[in-house]
Amino acid sequence: MNTVRAGILLLVVVAAGCVQLPEDALLTPASLEQRQIETRRFEGIPEADLLSACAAVLQDLGYGVDSTDSRLGLITASKERGALDAGQIAGAVVLVLLTGVTMPTDKSQTIRASVVVYPAPGKSRNDHFVRLSLQRIVRTSNAGVTRSEWLRDPVLYQGFFEKLSQSVFLEAHKI
Amino acid sequence: MKALTMKATLLAAALAAGGCAGTASQKEVLATDKSQVEQRAFQTRAFDTSDKEQTLRAVIQTLQDFGFIIDRADAVLGAVSATKLDGYSLRMTVTVRPRGATQVLVRANAQYQIKAVTDPKPYQNFFTALERSMFLKAHEVD
Repeated sequence: MNTVRAGILLLVVVAAGCVQLPEDALLTPASLEQRQIETRRFEGIPEADLLSACAAVLQDLGYGVDSTDSRLGLITASKERGALDAGQIAGAVVLVLLTGVTMPTDKSQTIRASVVVYPAPGKSRNDHFVRLSLQRIVRTSNAGVTRSEWLRDPVLYQGFFEKLSQSVFLEAHKI
Repeated sequence: MKALTMKATLLAAALAAGGCAGTASQKEVLATDKSQVEQRAFQTRAFDTSDKEQTLRAVIQTLQDFGFIIDRADAVLGAVSATKLDGYSLRMTVTVRPRGATQVLVRANAQYQIKAVTDPKPYQNFFTALERSMFLKAHEVD
């Protein structure tokens, strides 16, 4: 068992030592598909109103606003939440029963969101694009071990934009 | 026996780590990886526009397109900081400032995990994407 652990330790040390920039990190912009998932067009709403509607939706979803710049159409927000996953825990229990190896499970997470509103090309001054980016840092039961991810699931973006559409509609009709 | 090997490995690791601790690592505060002039050259481009705000918006869109989250931005100061998390952490700061009456200077620097990015290629790719987003050519600066 100790040999396994020593092996893992060695692997971690080796991996940490070779800090190489992955080719895709700065080399390729997001695919057209990803861009479409993250972006929606809103017509007939002034930029400031759209931005405040975005802030309201983020607040509805429990995010705290970290930073804003209204001149640049930007809101950055985050929230801390639990990250317990029943399936993952069940898997870990089975693994420890069968092999005695404890697998760290997800414990808590920081979800980060940034929303950018920018003018859409066209005649109207009040047509805009809203682009949402989502990432998260997951901390595991093994203290100090974290995982970071770019959240790409279209469902997450769709959920945000549905709420934003509703909020914009309500604002526009002063309900 | 195996436990002993493990302990010896840990001891070696602790000794190695101990060597880096202390004041020696403080030199990182003012350290740069390449010559300042060389680094500035590939991290900087000039664009033929005097519109700082428009340039900043283009920078933000370009960063978002690369998968970054914008941590903060300041239109007055002309600075944008962004982080990309995707199994690693890549942090970028981009500043925009006027150069004469007809140009803006865009300077980018990046940090991958705990190291500065000194390879010119990622910066070239960033500026190529920024050119496309701004519909303007990026000029190299001496």
